[in-house]
Amino acid sequence: MDEIIRIAEGLDWSPLFISLKTGIVATVISFFLGIFAARKVVKVSPGKKAVIDGILTLPMVLPPTVAGFFLLLLFSRRRPLGAFLFDEFGFKVVQTWLGCVIAATVIAFPLMYRNARAAMEQIDPNLVYAGRTLGMSDIQIFWKVVVPSAGPGIASGTILTFARALGEYGATSMLAGNIPGKTGTISQKIAMVIQDGDYVTAGIWVAVVMVIAFIVIFLMNLISGKKMKNIGRW
Amino acid sequence: MSITVEIYKKLDNFSLDISFQSQSRRIGILGASGCGKSMTLKSIAGIVTPDEGRIVIEDRILFDQSGRIDVKPQKRNVGYLFQNYALFPTMTVEKNIAAGLKGSRKEKAERVSQMVNKFRLNGLEKRLPGQLSGGQQQRVALARIMAYEPDVILLDEPFSALDMFLKDQVQREMNDLLEDYKGTVILVSHNRDEVYRFSEELLVIDQGRIAASGPTEQLFRDPVSREAARLTGCKNFSRIRKMDEHTLWAADWGIRLHMNKKIPDYAACIGYRAHDFIPVWGERGNNMIRFDLENSAALPFEHNYYIRPERKSSGCNGLGKKEDDERGNGRHRTEQGSSYAENVICWFVQRDRETEVAEKGLPDYLFFNEDKILFLK
Repeated sequence: MDEIIRIAEGLDWSPLFISLKTGIVATVISFFLGIFAARKVVKVSPGKKAVIDGILTLPMVLPPTVAGFFLLLLFSRRRPLGAFLFDEFGFKVVQTWLGCVIAATVIAFPLMYRNARAAMEQIDPNLVYAGRTLGMSDIQIFWKVVVPSAGPGIASGTILTFARALGEYGATSMLAGNIPGKTGTISQKIAMVIQDGDYVTAGIWVAVVMVIAFIVIFLMNLISGKKMKNIGRW
Repeated sequence: MSITVEIYKKLDNFSLDISFQSQSRRIGILGASGCGKSMTLKSIAGIVTPDEGRIVIEDRILFDQSGRIDVKPQKRNVGYLFQNYALFPTMTVEKNIAAGLKGSRKEKAERVSQMVNKFRLNGLEKRLPGQLSGGQQQRVALARIMAYEPDVILLDEPFSALDMFLKDQVQREMNDLLEDYKGTVILVSHNRDEVYRFSEELLVIDQGRIAASGPTEQLFRDPVSREAARLTGCKNFSRIRKMDEHTLWAADWGIRLHMNKKIPDYAACIGYRAHDFIPVWGERGNNMIRFDLENSAALPFEHNYYIRPERKSSGCNGLGKKEDDERGNGRHRTEQGSSYAENVICWFVQRDRETEVAEKGLPDYLFFNEDKILFLK
């Protein structure tokens, strides 16, 4: 017990902040991208839908290391896109925190997109038609009618996205690496200290992750529970 | 307010081909489900786009294929009341009513409170649609439409989701609320009572085409087309052969009917409403039919008898051999064809007369009242 306290006191907390930062930014990006993609996919014809849906869901189904491989191919400075981003804007992706965010976003995005899409497909099209005949613009209808009606689905998508982004390991380790204080996330820290046989430090981080995960889900349920209480579902 | 609609649209299993022109304030569209009524309304509202056609309200062209005009639903100023009301489930009553309103916050609030008063929604402003009864939901939906003063209001089966008791009440309410509305209202329904009660002018749609149209009362009295007769509630039909200007042979019923008036030239079929038979006990006269009881059903306020005309003793004295042949043919057809059920005649007896039937037993004959016979194409 004394050892745990001693290690905890001397602990470098940077992995916590890196993971939280990455998780939050990746969730925000996925939230908007996922809703946007869901909206587009709901509108296209069934044939196209199957193809686009397949591509957008792929990162969820592939092993994260495979996604990491493609991301490396894309963003390496020896490749056209990576070179372009660095030369024109000075953006470095590989071995940087930006890489953490991109890896987490790519892996977690399908959860947001699929949940949002499923929720939107459940919406009565008459609601949209009614909005149109009432003179509401399509953007108004989308943000005032469709998104709130799809609320529970979008909320659960957001929770899952955050949880997934927070714990991302495979793609992150390939694209961003494990640079302490820069790209060293909690997941990577746990893997690293386990390799050194330091089970106490690993255990402390595992506990931290579990507490965060529980708090997030508890808060989200609380918010969505309050907001959705009075809504008639059919 | 005049409205002109010409719509052609290819659908999955039939094509919609509707055209009408009307000055009436209350237009009813009657048709079985899936006949294209809702599609017609959706085309007028701009929710679906016809393949060809023209939609003009007053002098505003909303859609014209040849002129490539297709005004967005947002700009058509056409209100649409959906069958399920399509209230936004996450918005309160107030917000639903304000949803489509333009202008400053204050103007909107004023308009909303006006509507809340008019539609007797006081006290419900902060409720969500899920917390309202069916009738209240409909009032909110109407208030939401009326709030922005549309030129035309389209009612898509507005009463079909309500139970019987509520239906009558809501129909009365709807009539009251639309009383002072100056624009055109089009009601679509599969229920003849609803359209009869509501509309001045009626269109009957069958398989995407207009089967009959005209002033409502006249159309019920003289539907002319068989489909219109069926949809306005006529249960009994028979093919006919004209014997002379005043006599016809109703092949499916096996009876010869004499008319004092001339039989119109177009008549290929006659219809007779189930409530219009007159029971006769005793002596047989002209235009009476003898029958066997096939089945019967007791309803709270009427009694339905399903009867089969008795062929053998149809007793058309003085008929030549030709008529016997004809009769034989008629029977032959029904026995062979799938139209066997057509031979069953429905006779519906209202409660006041039912007591008479209960006392005296089934009548010997049913009498066709010539004035009630519908001549159909």
